[in-house]
Amino acid sequence: MSWELKRKQQDAVLQEANRVMGICNACRYCEGICALFPAMEMRRTFTAGDLNYLANLCHNCRGCYYCCQYAPPHEFQLNFPQAMSALRAQTYEQTAPGFLKKLFPNNAFYVFAVSLLATVLLTAFALCAKGASVFFASHTGPGSFYQIIPYGAMLLIFCLAALFTVVALIRGVIAFWKISDGKLQWLDLAAHKQAIRDVLTLKYLDGGGDGCNYPDNQFSMIRRKFHHATFYGFLLCLASTTVAFIMDHGFGWPAPYGFFSLPVLLGTAGGLGLVVGTGGMLWLKTVMDARPADPASIGMDMAFSTLLFLVSLSGLLLLVLRSTELMGLLLCVHLGLVLGLFLTMPCGKFVHVVFRYAALVRNAHEQRTGQV
Amino acid sequence: MNKEQTTLDHINTDVLVIGGGNAALTAAITARELGANVLVLESSPVEVRGGNSRHTRNIRYIHDAANSFLTGPYLEEECYNDLLMVTKGNTTEHMARLVIRGSHNVGDWMMAHGCRFQPAMRGTLHLSRTNAFFRGGGKALINAYHETCRRLGVQVMYDTEALDLEISNGNCTAVRARGPQKEYLIRPRAVVLASGGYQGNSAWLREAWGPTAENFLIRGTPYDKGAMLKAMMEKGAKTIGDPTQGHCVAIDGRAPKFDGGICTRLDCVPFGIVLNKKGQRFYNEGEEFWPKRYAIWGRLVAGQPDQIGYVFIDSKSINLFMPSVFPPLESDTVGGLAEQMGLDPAVVEETVRVFNASTKPGNFNSNELDGLATEGLDPPKTNWARPIDTPPYYGYTLRPGITFTYLSLVINEKGQVVQTNDAPFGNIFAAGEITSGNVLGQGYMAGFGMTIGTVFGRLAGKEAATCLGN
Repeated sequence: MSWELKRKQQDAVLQEANRVMGICNACRYCEGICALFPAMEMRRTFTAGDLNYLANLCHNCRGCYYCCQYAPPHEFQLNFPQAMSALRAQTYEQTAPGFLKKLFPNNAFYVFAVSLLATVLLTAFALCAKGASVFFASHTGPGSFYQIIPYGAMLLIFCLAALFTVVALIRGVIAFWKISDGKLQWLDLAAHKQAIRDVLTLKYLDGGGDGCNYPDNQFSMIRRKFHHATFYGFLLCLASTTVAFIMDHGFGWPAPYGFFSLPVLLGTAGGLGLVVGTGGMLWLKTVMDARPADPASIGMDMAFSTLLFLVSLSGLLLLVLRSTELMGLLLCVHLGLVLGLFLTMPCGKFVHVVFRYAALVRNAHEQRTGQV
Repeated sequence: MNKEQTTLDHINTDVLVIGGGNAALTAAITARELGANVLVLESSPVEVRGGNSRHTRNIRYIHDAANSFLTGPYLEEECYNDLLMVTKGNTTEHMARLVIRGSHNVGDWMMAHGCRFQPAMRGTLHLSRTNAFFRGGGKALINAYHETCRRLGVQVMYDTEALDLEISNGNCTAVRARGPQKEYLIRPRAVVLASGGYQGNSAWLREAWGPTAENFLIRGTPYDKGAMLKAMMEKGAKTIGDPTQGHCVAIDGRAPKFDGGICTRLDCVPFGIVLNKKGQRFYNEGEEFWPKRYAIWGRLVAGQPDQIGYVFIDSKSINLFMPSVFPPLESDTVGGLAEQMGLDPAVVEETVRVFNASTKPGNFNSNELDGLATEGLDPPKTNWARPIDTPPYYGYTLRPGITFTYLSLVINEKGQVVQTNDAPFGNIFAAGEITSGNVLGQGYMAGFGMTIGTVFGRLAGKEAATCLGN
């Protein structure tokens, strides 16, 4: 797509967000639903920066769509969640570093391709390094994973991947702060405290007490529960990996660990949470009322949930079957998918984690100080 | 049996509710909870269900004490006096008191049936003691009531319009209705009419107002055609109310013909001047706070040539009121703005000059009646009168926006529709806007349409279910 056409398309997304925000700011019936509308009411007109920020404050609970007197078929054709989703996806793309921008259109394809490639390459590498007889043999005891993938290679690949992800995400959130005209609000510690509370409780999916509107216009806590399972599952897996990393490389106690060791307990709980959470989110996406959704964002959302689901499922399978001959293959599949996850994190749905947090910090600061 | 009748689908029900707004659903829920089988005819498609209620936002009701969303007590006498003030005494006391008393703590009933309230927020604080605000507005309330209806087993037919009633010996024996595919002959044991005013019927509006009605905008649903009101009038129901009276406010002239709802309101009038097509002022723009005056400006604008008004403000005032959905016209000169609005620039410049010359220095305060008045000007502007002299200048057009009409069926204290001979129809009840004239003769009080709908809706539902035993 030519640069000019892309620019026009981006302007159209911003213009639509601006149009719907103008209607909402004159109506204001939704001010009790979430954080976005009170934040909107602090403004009279909306710069591109304001809109980029507000779009990322939207949790896509869809409460506003179902109570909107201007939603289709009204001639105003106001579809607030859709306009916000489209703009959110645009902010992800805009803030990605140069060549990674290209991964946003057709995001599902790239997420799938990168993960598959990582899995295949890792498997091929292990097969070449150790030979099929070792790869398909059963290994037990400490260090048995390194029988499949050599210690040095494992350390190098995953440290580089993690570094890439962290740098790209930090770069992304700084870019987001810039395109949303953020100032020094991020220095406000009280705002961080509030934002962390909002994140940990997933406050803005509670619809003021009755939940959000999934899969249809009835209020339900189901999305909040699935999202919590995903979020805390992810955190537990992160903790598990961190503990294992320290045990292995710090204390020289290589994996695999016993079923009742700290990393395995954390990882098992986290993996189960992720399987249930992402599975549930995927199910909701397939049965939900599609009208308030942004059709262009669904692929990105589904790809991320699917990948997380497969990562956690393969991890659990590896745990169960690690003493069998399938361990080598499962290890490569699991680690390949993890690698794919790391590599696609900064150019897919995962970005919403950091952008949402940044938007919540800014919102907490604005509400606390009364200043935009 | 003739050919037409053979194509009708026959339906039997205990209570037939005609209408799909707040009053209708309140009546349906009440009757269902008393054990009646209930069928609701909603003339609109499901997406725009709820009549005018989907454009509402709050209900006024009396309560003895503050709670988490109302800031203080509001008692019967105060509410009645407020009503007397807005209607200039043009009400029926026993019916008004019936509504007010019936509203006592009605928010509790609403919450028990799915409604969620929130505290009043920016822009509506002046109502925070008297009115309870629905979280998400009226459409959220309607969604909640529909969910309750579904749970209770109330049957709802969308896209289905009641056409006519058959009445014999003062009782309704059948209702003819048209759905998307076919027509129905419904035989109810009792009927609740909650089908709104007639403001969506442009021919009827023209009949009442004359050709000026062409220039009225309808703020709410286009589905309120007054079919049941007309049918009952033809069948000897007694009416109350002047057909030209209604909840009529001044709104942005660029609003859609129907369903513009809340966001077409303009709150800038007190901070500027309003001219008619001839470039002349015609009323005191600063008489009172806008929420206390917006309901008279609809009729004021309706009385001007071509039913249009032009608001002029300057840059000092542009941020003092709620943002409007359509951006204002803008110019660096008063004459330029007048030209954009299609007015004679010379006349408008002279009007503004005369107005500016009559303003006096003083302390302007948009949050109180600041007494900053013009001197020697007719009509005067008695508050917030600052000269219009700081470009850029901004302009809006105003049109009369009708929310609902007050011409109503007379009902008695059981909610029964009354005949011209003052005897009630046995099994025909009414609630909501179609009964508003029993209480509102003129003027309007924020949130009181929902009070009338909820109280009369509950009354009609209860009496309809009760009369089944007779």
